[in-house]
Amino acid sequence: MPLQVVTGNHAAGYALSVAGEANRTARGVACGIYPITPQTEIVEYVARFPFSKGRVVPVESEHSAMAVSMGASMSGARSFTASSSNGLAYMAENIMVAGYYRLPIVMVAVNRTLGPPWNIWADQGDTLMLRDFAWLQFYCETNQEVLDTTLLAFKLAEDPRILLPALTCMDAFIVSHTQTETELPEQADVDRYLPNLDLPHRLHYDEARTLGGLAWPHEGLSMRLELEEAMKRVPEVYQECRESFNDVFGRDPGDMIQTFATDDAELILITSGTIATTVREVVRQRRNAGEKVGLVKLKMFRPFPGAALRDACKSAARVAVLDRNYAAGAGGIFCQDTRSAFQGHRNDVLIQNYLTGLCGGDVTPEVIDDILSDLRSRSAAGDPMWMGIDSGEETLQ
Amino acid sequence: MTATAAIHTSETCLLRPGNTNCGGCGMSVGLTMLGRALRAADETCTLVIPACCGIVTAGAFPTTSYGVPTIATTFASSPAVASGVATIRDLNDEPGQVICWAGDGGTYDIGLATLSAAAERDENIIYICYDNEIYGNTGGQRSSATPAGARTTTTPLGKIEGKKDIMSIMAAHRIPYAATLSIAHPDDFAHKLSTALSTKGMRFLLLHSPCPTGWKSEPEDSIALVRLAVASGLFPVYEVFNGATYRISVKPDGTDPAEYFHRQRRFDDDEIDVDAARRACSDRIQRLQALAEQFPALQSH
Repeated sequence: MPLQVVTGNHAAGYALSVAGEANRTARGVACGIYPITPQTEIVEYVARFPFSKGRVVPVESEHSAMAVSMGASMSGARSFTASSSNGLAYMAENIMVAGYYRLPIVMVAVNRTLGPPWNIWADQGDTLMLRDFAWLQFYCETNQEVLDTTLLAFKLAEDPRILLPALTCMDAFIVSHTQTETELPEQADVDRYLPNLDLPHRLHYDEARTLGGLAWPHEGLSMRLELEEAMKRVPEVYQECRESFNDVFGRDPGDMIQTFATDDAELILITSGTIATTVREVVRQRRNAGEKVGLVKLKMFRPFPGAALRDACKSAARVAVLDRNYAAGAGGIFCQDTRSAFQGHRNDVLIQNYLTGLCGGDVTPEVIDDILSDLRSRSAAGDPMWMGIDSGEETLQ
Repeated sequence: MTATAAIHTSETCLLRPGNTNCGGCGMSVGLTMLGRALRAADETCTLVIPACCGIVTAGAFPTTSYGVPTIATTFASSPAVASGVATIRDLNDEPGQVICWAGDGGTYDIGLATLSAAAERDENIIYICYDNEIYGNTGGQRSSATPAGARTTTTPLGKIEGKKDIMSIMAAHRIPYAATLSIAHPDDFAHKLSTALSTKGMRFLLLHSPCPTGWKSEPEDSIALVRLAVASGLFPVYEVFNGATYRISVKPDGTDPAEYFHRQRRFDDDEIDVDAARRACSDRIQRLQALAEQFPALQSH
């Protein structure tokens, strides 16, 4: 497989394009696209890809980009798009609709701070705002993970047991604009991995069915339950998609949650995205110094892998959740779901929330040191800790 | 079996019996006309309908009042969803028109940017706006299609602003075909549907759609009212080809618009400025006639 030095955006654009091209002997591929910093290079890549049976529609807004992709998907084609930050907020209505329509659209999101204040740097608040919209959500750490997860997302989303859209997320600039060595798979292998899409509820021009009309409460309830059952099947189907990925590409795309040195860890740091890279390095150093510290990287956030998370943390008495996101009035979002996952299963774990890297701030090894010191010194969990707040003196200088 | 019964019993009928549309609704007649035109042209269609009365028409899952595949879209999205559907149809060489069926709220207001973009891209779709000049589905609020003087729940004293000229907006996109339709002139209506069905690219049709519930008019007056609107110049029926050439389909005959206002309780006889409406009709007709004379449509009727 060709190894190339590319950005995260390039890797994502490549993955979306070859996945679309892989459906050329079926109903083809179409998508709506709209630019926004820092994902623009993804849609630019897609726009110049020479699809054998496809069309890229440059529309007037993110809202319409998802609408075009939905129209294509409802017609049985493979579809995708990409967006970021306020673009996702503008698109939100149609993102939700794609989920409830059970359309296996894959979207790559570059996590960027929601404005105001205007800011183009990494923060997960944009995609986590969409967490209740019936999309699968994956947070990636490297360019390779972005590429692999995007391809895997198509296979998972299109599986007849799932039929839900999927979001692949990466941190703004740290991944999206950083060039690293990345294996770009051959089209022939992608063709082997992604079979032709056969969407069971697609429109047929000779069948009079109405998609999305009125449903009475009991019908609506049944549809929501079916959706929840599909969500519950994700962990099992994910492992199948992961194994077949390994068979085709000779590479492990990574588990839903990824652990490092957790087996006997007393303190565990839970985080996602590129913060995991820094935490892993700190954990390595602390382990060398004999400290029983571990890392859990949450790659999948929806559905939330609660059972796997509890299992990974079974030796820990104290857990820190590092959130590069913030729900006003409630704290970090990964932490809220972590607490829910432990509630009623283990009540002896101290779970403390640290808000770090918000609005694109750097999360350095020193920040991780501070978090570990705080976690170790605690007798009880408290309010979320805001890391990296400048003192007034520093601000004045 | 009468022709009407044949449409209502055929599996290819567009609007099935048992739907919940109000009596006197212009949309019901419009959909029936559209179904006939499709059958005459031996065509099928996919309907793409945003939030509006037209999607309530479909009824409750798992049944549907539409005899063709139908998609419910978000309020502002029907032309964009239709772009995706038409794209995959064309990539797969499949038959059938992709037709957006939207109210004036979805067309003049919330969906205008989406519609403009689809027109600018010359998407291969038909967009039909059934314009009842009100947010009917939500109980009768003003839209930018509501005419001056009309009382709505959000303009209780009568709307101050006039009706937006959506046809000029669409014509300015230089789309292949734009036309206004009246259910009081069914032959002209059918001809325009036939023209739209045999044209490629973006086609826009504006249907003046009486709404007895919102207009506070009698259901049996619906066709008489829109006939008055055509004759007086309140809602002239005409065609625009490629945004360049014009034809007036039914010449306004100088009918006074006063009766149109008088027969709807959304207009207050004491408050409505009929003179201003007369002047607006006269200006509208003069402008259209000038366009039709200077830039006559060459296509044969």
